[in-house]
Amino acid sequence: MNIVVCIKRVPDTAARIRVTPGGGIDASGVKYVISPYDEFALEAALRVKEAAGSGTVTALSVGDAASAEQLRAALAMGADDAVLLQGEVGMDGLATARAIAAEIGERRPDLVLFGMKAVDGDQQQVGLMTAELAGLPAVSVAASVVVENGKAVCHREAEGSIEVLEVPLPAVVTITKGEHEPRYPSLKGIMAAKRKPLAEKAAALGDGRITVRDLSEPAARPEGRIVGQGAAAVPELVRLLREEAKVL
Amino acid sequence: MSNVLAVIEVKDGAPRRVANEVVTAARALADGLGGEVHALIVSGGGASPDALGAHGADVVYECADDSLAEYQSEGYTQAVAGFLDGRDYAAVLFGATSQGKDLAPRVAGRLGLPLASDVTGLEVADGAVVATRPVYAGKAIARVHIDASPALVSVRPNVFTPVEARRPGAVETVEARVDPSAWKVRRREVLGGSGDRPDVGEAPIVVSGGRGMQDPANWGMLEELRDALGPSASLGASRAVVDAGWRPHAEQVGQTGKTVSPQLYFAVGISGAIQHLAGMRTAGTIVAINKDPDAPIFKVADYGVVGDAFEVLPRLAEEIRRARAG
Repeated sequence: MNIVVCIKRVPDTAARIRVTPGGGIDASGVKYVISPYDEFALEAALRVKEAAGSGTVTALSVGDAASAEQLRAALAMGADDAVLLQGEVGMDGLATARAIAAEIGERRPDLVLFGMKAVDGDQQQVGLMTAELAGLPAVSVAASVVVENGKAVCHREAEGSIEVLEVPLPAVVTITKGEHEPRYPSLKGIMAAKRKPLAEKAAALGDGRITVRDLSEPAARPEGRIVGQGAAAVPELVRLLREEAKVL
Repeated sequence: MSNVLAVIEVKDGAPRRVANEVVTAARALADGLGGEVHALIVSGGGASPDALGAHGADVVYECADDSLAEYQSEGYTQAVAGFLDGRDYAAVLFGATSQGKDLAPRVAGRLGLPLASDVTGLEVADGAVVATRPVYAGKAIARVHIDASPALVSVRPNVFTPVEARRPGAVETVEARVDPSAWKVRRREVLGGSGDRPDVGEAPIVVSGGRGMQDPANWGMLEELRDALGPSASLGASRAVVDAGWRPHAEQVGQTGKTVSPQLYFAVGISGAIQHLAGMRTAGTIVAINKDPDAPIFKVADYGVVGDAFEVLPRLAEEIRRARAG
């Protein structure tokens, strides 16, 4: 069972984002992490491999040289090897998907896992685009994935209910939280990660066709007000919602 | 070509409320480009298209097949991509619902076109489509230029307020170019609730609870408030209570959950961590109920009540019920 899990380097979700005059973000003092959903996907990949009893988990990232830090973290969690496709990731997810699909085409893994979205661009598109470009079937937003008899059986979260879907391998699955509490890397894992292979090559991104014209910080919301204390404030609150905000 | 296509989402035989928002967004874009709005309904048949003409659709294409009675990723991708084959559009708009977030990237990948997801604004600049997209869950706002024709876009629910703009909405039937024998994903079964409430990412009214609710057993009070607000209200949750296992992750609002823009958002017992605030600050009206007068949530709230949620909630549900009945 050979699995590729795609991870992205993103600012920690607790970080404040400051926009620079040049339209970028100020990275100083910002901690970078594996995007949380990608961490769930890595946990899912490790569990599928463990259940199969053999195989490899390859962590793949498209990004600049700094992404090696997150790939090392993935190796410490238990991935067997890693590949960094070096390039500048912009707002066009199709370009990222192209680079990943090219690598998938060479490696031909049984299963390709993605986090359902990255928490920086919030586009929720690269996994499914990769599946289309690689000609693989796909399931999105899986809360769990189990491989049995050459098929991935996924529990997909869909509007209040859970769809149980099966898809023949090779396949792409995008992962949501479910029960995927990511494991902590052991000290042994961290030491071993230093010796595991991390390949680097240029990402075949092609030309991105979505470009950022400008980036800004959101406008401050108008000053609100404290309507009152406790249950006694409720009639006035309801009046304001009806007559001022007109939302009831 | 300057026409805009709105891909319509159908539930229980009728376009969903987001469909009117997508058509409204398409109308504004088409007016900027000097083109028509076409709406595409992919379904099992019989979906009533009346509201689409009222919101600005010049033509409604019905693309029906028995195999498309329920949403299914591969079939709908084939149907939409098949429809677009040989047609020329300046832009194709989807709703960024759970269905749209599955369908739009697949259609984009199949056609080799880029996609701007979950946009909150659209404009035409120098003849090209420019979209506004919150990034980092709304901690920053990007304006992006889409250099592709058609420009594929999914629009965030509840942001594009439906506007009446009566057009013919003439219905034309088109063949559904689908091949079920090529579909590889099989649905074994569906577990759990029927999902009669909208997803928190799509609901126009959201009632969210946090750690201040003290115990999952107290969620009945939030459900009471939600029910008082009517069938379009849904429950949300802070990251803290999801991490504690009190509520499912599907309800989580914030950067590691759903980024929401409802018309009305209640934050109850939620102090307001930065990643939560980012995920809901674009709501129309925000109401915060919290014991701590210094909680950061009050900085983004339009209306705040300082006090014990357990005293405020029952009274609030009762007053809202009365207000809505009257």
